[in-house]
Amino acid sequence: MIDLVGYGAFFLTTALIFSLVTLGLNLQWGLTGLFNVGLAGFVAIGAYTSALLTTPDDPARLGGFGLPILIGWLGAMFAGGVAAALTGIATLRLRSDYLAITTFGVAVVVQLVALNAQKLTGGPFGIGFIPRPFGDLAETPLLFNLSNLAIVSAVTLAAYLALEHLTRSPWGRVLKALREDERAAISLGKSARFYRVQAFAVGGAIMALAGALQAHFTGFIAPDNYLSILTFQVWVMLIVGGSGSNAGAVAGSVLVWAIWAGSGALTSVLFTPEQQARAASLQIVAIGVMLCVILLVRPKGMFGERPRRARFGKRTKATASESGS
Amino acid sequence: MSLQFIIDGLLTGSMIGLGAIGVTLTYSILRFSNFAHGDFMAWGTYATLAVVGTISAMFGKVAPITPFSFGWPLIVALVVGVGLTALLALLLDKVLFSRLRKQEQAIIVVMGSFGASMALRSLLEFIFTSRPTYFSRAIQIAMPVGFGIRITPDQIALLLLTAVLVLGVHLLTTRTQTGRSMQAMSQNPALARIAGIDVASVVRVTWVIGAALACVAGVMIGVLVQIRPLMGFDMLLPMFAAAILGGIGSIPGAVLGGLIIGLAEAGAVQLIGAEWRAAVSFIILMAVLIVRPIGLFGVRER
Repeated sequence: MIDLVGYGAFFLTTALIFSLVTLGLNLQWGLTGLFNVGLAGFVAIGAYTSALLTTPDDPARLGGFGLPILIGWLGAMFAGGVAAALTGIATLRLRSDYLAITTFGVAVVVQLVALNAQKLTGGPFGIGFIPRPFGDLAETPLLFNLSNLAIVSAVTLAAYLALEHLTRSPWGRVLKALREDERAAISLGKSARFYRVQAFAVGGAIMALAGALQAHFTGFIAPDNYLSILTFQVWVMLIVGGSGSNAGAVAGSVLVWAIWAGSGALTSVLFTPEQQARAASLQIVAIGVMLCVILLVRPKGMFGERPRRARFGKRTKATASESGS
Repeated sequence: MSLQFIIDGLLTGSMIGLGAIGVTLTYSILRFSNFAHGDFMAWGTYATLAVVGTISAMFGKVAPITPFSFGWPLIVALVVGVGLTALLALLLDKVLFSRLRKQEQAIIVVMGSFGASMALRSLLEFIFTSRPTYFSRAIQIAMPVGFGIRITPDQIALLLLTAVLVLGVHLLTTRTQTGRSMQAMSQNPALARIAGIDVASVVRVTWVIGAALACVAGVMIGVLVQIRPLMGFDMLLPMFAAAILGGIGSIPGAVLGGLIIGLAEAGAVQLIGAEWRAAVSFIILMAVLIVRPIGLFGVRER
């Protein structure tokens, strides 16, 4: 029973960290319509920044500055935000596909740096000894898991409330206006590129924060944690939950992570150890097919808003009044 | 620095360029960047490998054609593989892309291609495992051609094949009615439809050309390097960079872009080290997007 509670807390902690990434993606894609297929790169930037700032000094690589965890998290958000802003500034004046391709490239380069810049990132072996917020409680796993869950929930809740507030604020309304009808919004004097860069940067900062949380929760990071499969998982979470809705982003993350962890447990029971790597790839196939099916059948997900229908309605009303006059 | 990097660069560039033709055609005619294009490459290569296996099961071991490392089975298998890859692309279009296109939000199609790419790649890992394989394990002796450059017979054959294919596709798109229809579609789809162009057939031809060239590029990688499920995915960034560098929609541009990136990669491998190879296409991509987003031969979009 105690084990079950402990596992439940562990599961929820991971799911909520995913929710945080999904919330960041929802700001970029759901609210602003910016397509980020390299989000694993931004998550990695956050994890590595925080790890560098907070780990004890290590002669084998740069730093280990031994700073407090909170500083690490703020540093992670800053680094992620700057990286996203630079990506946005370079590509947001161009077609939306170019942003997609560039973010894809960012993820490739971050992966390359994580693997090869040993002085900075520890190379393929990653960085260990990342301080945990409740490290002294590690003796009693249940208490440790619960306190981790508490802190991750608090951060996720804070991000959720802040994003809900932002969505309703004038700033959020400008983003929606730009997504729905760029020309109309520009004619009202809003700089499309400036607002989009802001949204992209804030989204990147949230993803980086999630990466930092994850790093301090597991205490160890390596380049393998940030492969394109991570990007893919988060996209499925957002699409299942319904893009445009923060509540959907969180619900989708928990649901998809439950399916993922459940099917993972199932394959480990059903298949022999030699066959497990193959079974794991089948798991990805299933999720990939699921993404395509949702896009085809129910593109708005569980909680998604439907923006284009409203626009269509407005247009028909406008033509009706025109013909009437 | 040894001049060998020119041959290496031209070969890598040919592979990138052949793939980039497909990327640029899909982008200009179907109007989305296809993240599953790299996986057409991998699927084509594994299909060819499977056909080679079937042939050698039926006819026993076939001696390679001297001086090459491969015999007629690979040539036959390549033709079959090209057909199978084209079928895969057409099937995927029917099941997924054509339906997503109807939603009229280009980025949804991109997302669908991203999901399809993940599924296709993992399916390959499931069927063939992620262990690398080879068409032939024979070692070829490279012939010196002067200036410190060496080249194997396989490499010469594949460079010639690339040149013939590029010329063929160029003639097809500039000198035939089909090619003119494709150009019309890329310039103004609505007008093309009104002018009576068979849109469905243009879409089919686009997929077939893209998939066929992807398969050839994949087999080239298989002959010269190795065959892995991730081989196509790793080519994705260089292919996109080449297509954008050359200018979206331009076939000579895609090939030239591929050669430039291939040469730059080979040069970087000599100067900096092989581990940073993948960063080269990113740097070129960013430079193009900042300095000249329409690329070398691109036309400004209206």
